Amino acid sequence: MAYPTAYRYSKDHEWVHVEGQRVRIGITAHAQSELGDVVFVELPPMGSVVKQGGRLGTVESVKAVSDVYAPIGGKVVEVNVALESSPDLVNSSPHEAGWIAILEPESPSQIDALLDAAAYEALVA
Amino acid sequence: MRYIQRDSMEQRKMLETVGVASLDALFSDIPREVLSRFEPIGLPGRSELEVFEHFSRLAEANGAATGVSLLGGGVYDHYVPRAVAHVLGRSEFYTAYTPYQPEISQGTLTAMFEFQTMVCELTGMEIANASMYDGATALAEAVLMANRIRGYGRVAVSQALGAPLRRVLDTYCWAAGIEVLDVPFGESGQTRTESLPADVSAFVIQSPNALGVLEPLNGVKDRLGQAFLVVSTYPLALGLLEPPGSFGADVVVGEGQSLGLPMGFGGPLLGLFATRKEYLRQIPGRVAGRTLDASGAVGYTMAAQTREQHIRRERATSNICTNSALCALAATVYLAILGSGGLRQVAQLNFERAHDLAETLARRGCTFPFDGPFFNEFVVRPKDGAGAAHARLTAAGFVVEASQALTAYGVNDALRLAITERRTDEELRRVADLLGGTS
Amino acid sequence: MSTLFDLASSTREPAGGVVPRPRWTDEEVAARLDGRLLRRRALRLPNLPEGTVVRHYTRLSKLNYGVDDGIYPLGSCTMKYNPKLNEDIARLPGLTQVHPLADASLVQGTLEFLAELTRLLARIAGMADVTLQPVAGAHGELTGMFLFKKYFESRGETKRVRILLPDSAHGTNPASAAVAGFEVTEIPSNASGTVDLAALRAELDASVAGIMLTVPNTLGIFEESILDITAAVHEAGALAYFDGANLNAYIGRARPGDMGADVFHFNLHKTLSTPHGGGGPGAGPVAVSAQLSEHLPVPRIVRREGKYALDWEAPASIGSVHSFYGNVLVAARAYAYLLHLGDEGLRAVSENAVLNANYLQARLKNSFPLPYDRLCKHEFVLSGGELPNHLSTLDVAKRLIDYGIHPPTVYFPLIVREAMMIEPTETEDRAALDRFVEVMETIAREARDEPDRLREAPIKAPVRRLDQTLAARSPVLTHPFPEEA
Repeated sequence: MAYPTAYRYSKDHEWVHVEGQRVRIGITAHAQSELGDVVFVELPPMGSVVKQGGRLGTVESVKAVSDVYAPIGGKVVEVNVALESSPDLVNSSPHEAGWIAILEPESPSQIDALLDAAAYEALVA
Repeated sequence: MRYIQRDSMEQRKMLETVGVASLDALFSDIPREVLSRFEPIGLPGRSELEVFEHFSRLAEANGAATGVSLLGGGVYDHYVPRAVAHVLGRSEFYTAYTPYQPEISQGTLTAMFEFQTMVCELTGMEIANASMYDGATALAEAVLMANRIRGYGRVAVSQALGAPLRRVLDTYCWAAGIEVLDVPFGESGQTRTESLPADVSAFVIQSPNALGVLEPLNGVKDRLGQAFLVVSTYPLALGLLEPPGSFGADVVVGEGQSLGLPMGFGGPLLGLFATRKEYLRQIPGRVAGRTLDASGAVGYTMAAQTREQHIRRERATSNICTNSALCALAATVYLAILGSGGLRQVAQLNFERAHDLAETLARRGCTFPFDGPFFNEFVVRPKDGAGAAHARLTAAGFVVEASQALTAYGVNDALRLAITERRTDEELRRVADLLGGTS
Repeated sequence: MSTLFDLASSTREPAGGVVPRPRWTDEEVAARLDGRLLRRRALRLPNLPEGTVVRHYTRLSKLNYGVDDGIYPLGSCTMKYNPKLNEDIARLPGLTQVHPLADASLVQGTLEFLAELTRLLARIAGMADVTLQPVAGAHGELTGMFLFKKYFESRGETKRVRILLPDSAHGTNPASAAVAGFEVTEIPSNASGTVDLAALRAELDASVAGIMLTVPNTLGIFEESILDITAAVHEAGALAYFDGANLNAYIGRARPGDMGADVFHFNLHKTLSTPHGGGGPGAGPVAVSAQLSEHLPVPRIVRREGKYALDWEAPASIGSVHSFYGNVLVAARAYAYLLHLGDEGLRAVSENAVLNANYLQARLKNSFPLPYDRLCKHEFVLSGGELPNHLSTLDVAKRLIDYGIHPPTVYFPLIVREAMMIEPTETEDRAALDRFVEVMETIAREARDEPDRLREAPIKAPVRRLDQTLAARSPVLTHPFPEEA
């Protein structure tokens, strides 16, 4: 599995991608493959504020439910509504079309503390 | 013990395979102090014949079974078409477990799917689960769900809610830390819905209510704001009456005993639970769904299981596991046998007979504490007092509630009567004579 | 798989004839009821001849597998034979035609067996008192958690908000604790699959209301340090809840009360042979130690002047957990079973349940890994984690179906990878056990040599393997009527 080098990763298997003042978040290819076929994604409410390590949403497969932990804290400014009708995007395109939410980060330093692609790849190897 | 086939020779052979010396050695991991404190229950075994005869005597000791029931309050003496028991008696249904292996449980799962469809049809809702324990726990779970979604920590409840429902609701709400606010009823016996408390997660109302009165649900939802409208219904009545779903109910629950279950001294019962599609991931209990098999053929399986306790554990929408599957099957077969035409007939018969009797009683000078519309159950004040009337009815072989049964509702000296399709003209004539005197 | 609604097109005339024809015209009905209260849209329930309906459900029944079809080794579900005597007893009109609000004087027969069953269950548990009101195992758990809450509330110990649970617990345990408003803390198992006493002691503080234990645990292993566990819990001022799902392992031989249980629930539909009904109705009576007795649900069945009565006066009660008195007709079956068994029969139950499980374990561990290889009680757990050819436990389960055998409980407990939890019960004879072993051995061979047989299974069931993902992604939960489709 290829992990984009421009992304940062959490030990809980989320990725973040800094896009200007905002940060896009999703779950990693490894996480989706462990879960199996994703059947539902619970998205966070727009405008809600999550703490680092707090629950950003849940991803459900047929027989498992997994929390998506916020790798950084911030305010939810966009959610991936496409997942409401096509939760399978998390499986088919975990690092692109299967993103979950966009946050305005409360503290950019939280991002720096996350793993880079090589470190994450070593973690899940 | 004739349910176990085993002799000591065979036990010895099996113990050899296991590699232990004796049957007692199989229990060597139980602490000796525990084993030594054991005391038997002091019961000799009895033959099948003796057990059956014993129960036959117990059954005969139930005078209520041969009396003529005028009791209601959530459980009713309805007729069950004989075919229902024949279908329920098929052991492929009753000796099966919860359908965790769908490929060999298509019978149960298909029936669950039919049941859900029927509950939605009856209640006017979009989705239904495959059953709850009873009407009371279904209502309690509806309130927990509403509070989970709305989060106000308070619910408003009609004071005309049946006592069995209210007792269970109070227990569940106490444990969950949900405050219960009372909404009074007026002289019609209908709940005063003109002004309802604000900032509640749900408003709970029952129709027909504990006084037998049909609640006017029109416009209630509009006055509720964010709160869920939770309606407890009498499903058999919905053969004749407009379903709560048509009045904007968010959750419809009910006691399903009227749909093909015996009274059985109040259990097993059948909880109905129906709601809007958007709350699918919040509902308690099991749900069957349609899918395809590996060859593309239609089949049924449990759906939306990630809500349930075996997957989500402490964050599940409910702790329910075993529900009332066989009772749901009974209701499904009952409705299948009757069809829409038959159900409408049964419902109308209940309505007719109850109104016939009430009108006769009115002509003979009995009065009625509440003047709201009713289905098959009403509260009446006999001419010479409820106590005396109760004694006359009981002496004549009728099974009636005590005259003080409604004091919790502020009603004294009155009787609550339920009249089902089983009550004959002759029985109703006698009731009228005993309550209102001969005309 | 056609449903009743797929049969609907053949006849559309209302059938009727089950009850007498109503007499009133629509106008006469409308004269007595506000038009807004009357049903406007006709119910879409098919109107079919009785024979068509009976054939439909007879066909459906044949698509099911029940205990009467063969061995049903679902771990923790205790799928024993359901005696026919008990079924007929529960259908006696004298018991079924009884309204729950009838005066006690008219229901002495029912009250008698409820009172007797209450007494016998208390003796089986070795505890002070019992309520029959809970109607399922999870309902019993919830009632137990309510009792914990009330107990601490009545003592003013409102800071006790946590329930401790071993990681091998049934999902209903954490869910029941949560519904009753408790927080859940998981405690890990040790290498032998039992409670880690040190880990338990580390968690036991003044915020703990109690522990929920399954004895024997879900690996089928008896907690050998059970007395130390309950002593530690009590020392910390907390209470011990025992999940009785696994009572079949020691009924007639040991009692939870003697192990330190404060609350214990029975599953009458497991241990006491009442049928599962395809998922209920069951019954989950709860036994309590003397200090919790005053908090039991109302009403209680009492005996006064030689007559049975219902007593509603219990100011310290948690209230009610059921509309009436629980699943009375399930209780009738369980009582009949106890009367038939007696003490000797009860002892034979656990003896043979445990013998059968150990026999199967001894024979099957050659074909499948047994992660906890030791004496088991009424059940044990194999792992499908080392199956060849990328096969899984699910494949083994589905292949069993092709051999006409119901699969064991799979993927539980969670602490064993690819778990297969097997509980034969005492009512299987050795021939049935041997056949199960032979089939499992055959499947282990097939897994190695002919993996497609497992991968494609079942091929002999009414349907092939069902697409769970489709059912979950696009839920179809009711019949799509043509006007909606």
